[in-house]
Amino acid sequence: MGTPQLSIDGLSVGYGRRKIIENLSLPAISGGAVTALIGPNAAGKTTLLRALAGLVPAKGSIRLDDTELTALSVAGHARHVTYMPQALPQRVALTVFEATLSALMSARADAISTAEAHERALHALDRLGIADLALRGLDELSGGQRQLASLAQSIVREPTVLLLDEPTSALDIHHQLRVMQLVAELARERGIIVVIVLHDIAQAARYAQRIVLLEQGTIAADGSPDAAITPATLARVYKVEARVERCSHGTLQVIVDRAV
Amino acid sequence: MSELSPHTQQLSAYARLVRRRVLIVAGLGALMLVAMLFDIATGPSNLPLADVISGILSPSSLDAPARVIIWEVRLPYALMAVLVGAALALAGAEMQTILNNPLASPFTLGVSSAAAFGAALALVLGMSLPFIPTDWNLPAFAFLFAFASVLLLQAMARLRGTGVETLVLFGIALVFTFNALVALVQYVASQEALQQLVFWSMGSLARSTWAKLGVLGLVTLIVVPFSLKASWRMTALRLGEDRARSFGISVARLRFFSLLRVSLLAATSVAFVGTIGFIGLVAPHIARLLVGEDHRFFLPGSMLAGAVIMSLASVASKTIVPGALLPVGIVTSLIGVPFFIALIFSRRERL
Repeated sequence: MGTPQLSIDGLSVGYGRRKIIENLSLPAISGGAVTALIGPNAAGKTTLLRALAGLVPAKGSIRLDDTELTALSVAGHARHVTYMPQALPQRVALTVFEATLSALMSARADAISTAEAHERALHALDRLGIADLALRGLDELSGGQRQLASLAQSIVREPTVLLLDEPTSALDIHHQLRVMQLVAELARERGIIVVIVLHDIAQAARYAQRIVLLEQGTIAADGSPDAAITPATLARVYKVEARVERCSHGTLQVIVDRAV
Repeated sequence: MSELSPHTQQLSAYARLVRRRVLIVAGLGALMLVAMLFDIATGPSNLPLADVISGILSPSSLDAPARVIIWEVRLPYALMAVLVGAALALAGAEMQTILNNPLASPFTLGVSSAAAFGAALALVLGMSLPFIPTDWNLPAFAFLFAFASVLLLQAMARLRGTGVETLVLFGIALVFTFNALVALVQYVASQEALQQLVFWSMGSLARSTWAKLGVLGLVTLIVVPFSLKASWRMTALRLGEDRARSFGISVARLRFFSLLRVSLLAATSVAFVGTIGFIGLVAPHIARLLVGEDHRFFLPGSMLAGAVIMSLASVASKTIVPGALLPVGIVTSLIGVPFFIALIFSRRERL
């Protein structure tokens, strides 16, 4: 089995009569790398991600290798794809461990034993460095810790396609970098497809191998960070005057001068 | 995995947590038994507790009046209190989870209003159903309307998409509609029928019989395994609807069947004892404070907490005014509120 490929063809998504995404096609997204979805507010980033997760009805085709995902049931979808929503649960009297466990126990497609579920849940928490929080209540955690707990609920399912909606929005700079590194590692190690919505353009440029820049439900740019993030695309899509430069360490930096 | 797990420490800590929760649930069960014994032992005719216990264990040892008191009055009332408490609490716990709303109770969506309207039709307009014995006519009407209101709600929500807010809004609309209809029937009712209707809607255990106990017991017995089977899915739903769906849970299906269970439990309870508020709201909160929201413990914990409160309320309803049996629906709130507030305060201190 080679690296998985996710291809999107003629995808239209809307809520009721309002179309958010119309007839969108993307060259195949490959496993083993991180693909970042960026774009201004209301560009359709979250909608596209939710459509890939099978959470909104969509017309067109979303294929994972030879499987047409749009034809699958909720349970069938969940075997391949896991989605981490941006909104975190409020006031929930569950421990971090129980929440992670519920990701495995609530819909056991491939019947794993309870002991195995316990091991896998703790392994996921370990991976994110929050194993010591296992028995703390979700409602006792800081925003950042809660986001890490939420990420644990996603990676514990070991999906082929991992969809993350702004997983670093509540994290301090240290945790932001740790989570992005970890996500990149997971993509490389397991050869999985990671699609991640990010607000921070520089962070996307640094950790993603591919950038998809969305504007009002259409693709404004698609390619390597160098190709997709340029002063011209930023001016067009974000309406800002910006410089894109390589710093002394060779990483891409976006310096925004002013809004236009 | 035969090698020693690197997570032994966390796993044993979790095992301790689970053990503690099992103990708490068992403790609630024991408390329920004690409360029930007290309930059986309380009443206008002073039977000593020892006589009550021996009378239950060997009915033949009792003289005839004591046997009638214990077996035809005290025992059915006490069992009905426990069953209704458990059923309403389970309904409330499921409701709060599937509607993601800590203020939800079985009556939020109009179940009791619909039941009251059914009762009003039977009492005031003298309507009757074919093939139903006369003393079952009123509960049958109440049940039918309560159950139908939830089905109507489901149908409307289905037409408009199954969002939580839609369900709650339709539910509120139903509450107001049925309340208006009840008021309309009350307006044309005779003095006597009006009095009966008001008394009915207060909720009382005095309508308990062994046959009704059997029906409610059967309904509860059928519903509970399905609730427990859904417990992991409901736990996952607490993490958010998108989250649960991305775990592979069909939330619409989960919600549909849960509402069906809720309506069966609430409609049967209301039909037999009338409106008993508060239990369905408060018992889940108590269980949540005691055992958290892992629904494997939360659902049984809620049921037992509901049974305990209802039993204590039944004791209180017999003792507050000596010699009189107050409608238990009045007492549940009176006894439940201080208990509830005490719990909230004790939690604040810990935080």
